[in-house]
Amino acid sequence: MSQTNDAALAAAEAHNREFLVFSLGDEEYAVDILKVQEIRGYENVTRIANAPDFIKGVTNLRGVIVPIVDLRIKFHLDKVEYGGQTVVIVVNVEDRVVGIVVDGVSDVMTLSPDQIKPAPEFGVTLSSDFLSGLGSLEDRMLVIVDIDKLLTSDEMALVDRVAE
Amino acid sequence: MDITDFYDTFFEEAEELLADMERYLLELDVDAPDTEQLNAIFRAAHSIKGGAGTFGFDVLQRTTHLFENLLDHTRKGELKLRRDIVDIFLETKDMLSDQLDAYRNSDEPDQEAFERICETLQRLALEEIGQDLEGGSTSVAAPKPQAKPEPEPKPEPVASDEPDIEADSNHCIVTLLNVGEKDRQLLVEELGQLGEVITHGGDEACYEVTLASSVGNDDIEAVMCFIVDADQVQIRSAGGVSASPADAPEPEKKAPAQQQPTAQPTPPEAPSPKPAAAKSAGEAKPAGDAKSAKAKSKAKGGGESTSIRVSVDKVDQIINLVGELIITQSMLDQTVSEMEGVADSALLNGMSLLQRNARDLQESVMSIRMIPMDFVFSRFPRVVRETAGKLGKEIELVTEGESTELDKSLTERIIDPLTHLVRNSLDHGIEPPDVREAAGKPRTGKLILSAKHQGGNIIIEVIDDGAGLNRDRLLAKARENGLPVSDTMSDDEVWQLIFAPGFSTAKEVTDVSGRGVGMDVVKRNIQGMGGHVLIMSTPGEGTTIRIVLPLTLAILDGMSIKVGNEMFILPLSAVLESLQPAKEDLYAMAGDDVVLKVRDEYLPVVAVHEALDVPNAKTTLTETIAVIVQGEGRRYALLVDDLVGQQQVVVKNLETNYRKVPGVSAATILGDGSVALILDITGLHRLSRAKKEKRRPERGLQTLEVLTENALEN
Repeated sequence: MSQTNDAALAAAEAHNREFLVFSLGDEEYAVDILKVQEIRGYENVTRIANAPDFIKGVTNLRGVIVPIVDLRIKFHLDKVEYGGQTVVIVVNVEDRVVGIVVDGVSDVMTLSPDQIKPAPEFGVTLSSDFLSGLGSLEDRMLVIVDIDKLLTSDEMALVDRVAE
Repeated sequence: MDITDFYDTFFEEAEELLADMERYLLELDVDAPDTEQLNAIFRAAHSIKGGAGTFGFDVLQRTTHLFENLLDHTRKGELKLRRDIVDIFLETKDMLSDQLDAYRNSDEPDQEAFERICETLQRLALEEIGQDLEGGSTSVAAPKPQAKPEPEPKPEPVASDEPDIEADSNHCIVTLLNVGEKDRQLLVEELGQLGEVITHGGDEACYEVTLASSVGNDDIEAVMCFIVDADQVQIRSAGGVSASPADAPEPEKKAPAQQQPTAQPTPPEAPSPKPAAAKSAGEAKPAGDAKSAKAKSKAKGGGESTSIRVSVDKVDQIINLVGELIITQSMLDQTVSEMEGVADSALLNGMSLLQRNARDLQESVMSIRMIPMDFVFSRFPRVVRETAGKLGKEIELVTEGESTELDKSLTERIIDPLTHLVRNSLDHGIEPPDVREAAGKPRTGKLILSAKHQGGNIIIEVIDDGAGLNRDRLLAKARENGLPVSDTMSDDEVWQLIFAPGFSTAKEVTDVSGRGVGMDVVKRNIQGMGGHVLIMSTPGEGTTIRIVLPLTLAILDGMSIKVGNEMFILPLSAVLESLQPAKEDLYAMAGDDVVLKVRDEYLPVVAVHEALDVPNAKTTLTETIAVIVQGEGRRYALLVDDLVGQQQVVVKNLETNYRKVPGVSAATILGDGSVALILDITGLHRLSRAKKEKRRPERGLQTLEVLTENALEN
C-alpha cells in the first residue's frame, strides 16, 4: 500500500515544476527556473539608440553582450524606478541570453500541475499567448510567463527576423 | 568498435595525401623528374589504395590501382613524362578527390567518370609503354565480381629484396608494440581479411601475429596504419628474412616491454622497419634507401606530432576568455592606481607582471587563429597552370611571403577575390608570348603573389609584368557605360574604374574573364573584410593590385569619442583627421543640411548626437569636434563632443543576443567593464539622413522605424 503511494507521489513530483517568482509593482510573476541563468543587480547599461523604450540597452555579462529589457515599461507599470532592489534576471531563451529588469525576486516555488490554471483571454498589454497559465498558491496568484514566447516575439524587437 | 569509426581518419589522411600528390605533380620537372618526388607521388597513390581496399571503396581502389601502376612505370623510367601526361595525372587526382568526397557523403562515385578516367589511363599505358595495366584479362568497365583486397598482380615482378612474398602466399610475422586490447582485436580481424591468421598472442607491449597472405608487407602496413602508428608495427617474413634491407633491429620480444612499459614505443635507433619506404626506394634506386626512409618518417612525424586539430569554436572561446582576463586586469589596475597611500611595491610589481603576462597570453592566443598565407597561395600554381594553358600563355608564378600569417576567417574569405584577381591578371594583364616578344620582353610572363605585414595590416599583392592598364581605353569604356568621368581624372581614379559594376575592357569575352562581373564583387568582398584595394599600373611594365587587410577581425584599433555622457568607438582605420570646425567653414544647405569645407572639399556633416539621440550633447557646431572619416569611399565629418583616446578593443557581436542596430557595427567592453558601441560610419550617415527626412513636414507620416528599416536595407 505504502509502496503504491510512494510511486504515485514520485510520479506527481515528476510533473511538478519549479518557478522563480518575481514582482513587478504589486503583481507577482513567475518564470520556469530552468530558463534562469542568474540574477544580478542593475548596473552599467549602455543605451542603444533608436530602440523601443523598454529595451534599456546592453550590458557586459562576463564578456558577453546581453540586451536588457525592462518588463515594467513593457507592461506599462506606473512606477519605474531603479534602486538597490532593482534586479536583473538573466534568462536563456533559444540560445540567446537576455536580461529582464524586475522590481524584486521573492522566492522559488514548486507548483504541481493542478495548481496551474489556464490563463484567461485578457489583457491588451500582455497577450495570453505569452502566458503558460496562472499559478494559485493559497491566497497568492502567480502569472506564469512563457518567457521563450515573450522574448522572441516580434513586438519585443529583440530578434532579427529572417523575413528582413 | 566498428570499422566505420576509422572512415574519418582515412578520409582526412587520404585528403592530405592527395594534396601532397598535387603539390609534387606541379613541382615535377617534366624533362628531368626528381625520383624522390615520383616516389612520393607513388607512395601517396599506394597508401590511398591500401586504405580504400580495407574499407571496401571499390571504385576508389581500382582507380588508384591503375594510377599507381602507371606511376610505377613512370618512376622506373619506362614511361617518359610529358606535360600532357602530368595533366592526365592531375585530372586523375581530381577524380580521386571527387570519389573520396562521394564516399564521404555515403554516395557512390560517378561511374561514368570512373570509366572514362580508367580508359584514359589504360590508353596512356598502351600507347606509351605497350602494356595493359590490368594484365589484359578483365575489361575496365565491367566491375569485378570479387570484393576488396584483391591480390594485386604487380605489372612486373621487380627484382627486390622480397621476391617471394608478393608472388605466393607466404608467412610473415606482424609485431604490434604497445597496442591496446581493442585495437589489437581489430587489427587481427583486419589481418584476417588480408590472409589467414595462423597464430596470434602476446601482451600489450609486444603482440605477435603470424599471417599467411599473398599481400605485400607494405600493403599490410598501409592497412594497419589507419588504426595504429607506423612505428607501432613491425613486419617481417617468417622465414627469418628481414623484409627491410636496411637490416632493421629485430625487436627482441621482451626488450621493449622491459625498457619502456608505458612510454611511447620509440623503436631503438633508426625507425627503419618501414618496409614500404624501404621497398619503394629499393626498387627505384637502391642507394637512396636510407634517405627515402628518413623522408617518409619525417613527413609522418611532422604531420602527427606538431599540430592538432581543434574546432574553431574552442579557440574562439579561449579568445573570449582571454579578452575577459584583459578587461579584469585593467579594472584591477585602475582600482590599484586609485588606492591612495598604499605604495606597496609588491602589489605594484605584481600588477605590472600580471599586465605583461596577460598581454602576452592574449597575443599567443590570437596567434592560434593565425594561419600562414601558404594556405591560400598553395592553390594558385594549379589555377595559373590551367588558366595559362587555356589562354595559350606562358606564365611563371612566383610566390613571396608564404609564411605571413593571417586570421583564419580572413584567409578563407580572401581566396575567391584573389583567384579572381589572378585570373584577371593572366587574361588581361599578361600578353600572349608573341606580343611580349615583339615588345622586347621575355616570352614567359611573370606573375608574383606576395604577402607581407605592415603595421597592423597584411598587404597582399598580385603583380604582373604585362601591358598595364590602358588609361584611354578605360576612360572610353567608362563613357560608354555612362559613368561620370573626365580627362583630368588622376590615374588612381581611372584605375578604380575597373571596380565599377559591369565594367570590362577586354576586347573579347573569354572563358576566363571579361564578362565584367566580378571586379566590383572583389572590391565589395574585400571591403566587407575591413580592407581596401589599390591599383598601381605602368603602361608596358605591368600592374600591381594591392589588397590591404586588417590582421584579424577580432581586435580593432579604435578611437574612443565622447558624445554627451556616452562613449563610442570609431574604427581608427576610418579616421582621417579631426579639427574644430570654424564658423566660416560651415555652410547650411537646403534647410537643415550642413556641409563642412575642409581644404576645398565639402563634406556632409553628421552629428552623432542627432543620429543616435544622445542627450546632453554639445549642440553648438563650433564647440564640437569634427572627425573626418571615410566610409565606403566617401568622406564625412562626424560631430562629436570630445576625443578620448586610442585603444585596441575586442570586437563583440551585438547580434549574438540582440539584433542589428542601425549605425552600429558591433560592441566592445571598455576597461571599466561597461559596453561601448562601435560606430558604423555609413550606417550613421544613412541614419542621420533618415532622421532629417522624418523631421520634414511632408514626410511627417513616415515613421522613423520605416526609415531606419530602409536605411538598413540600402
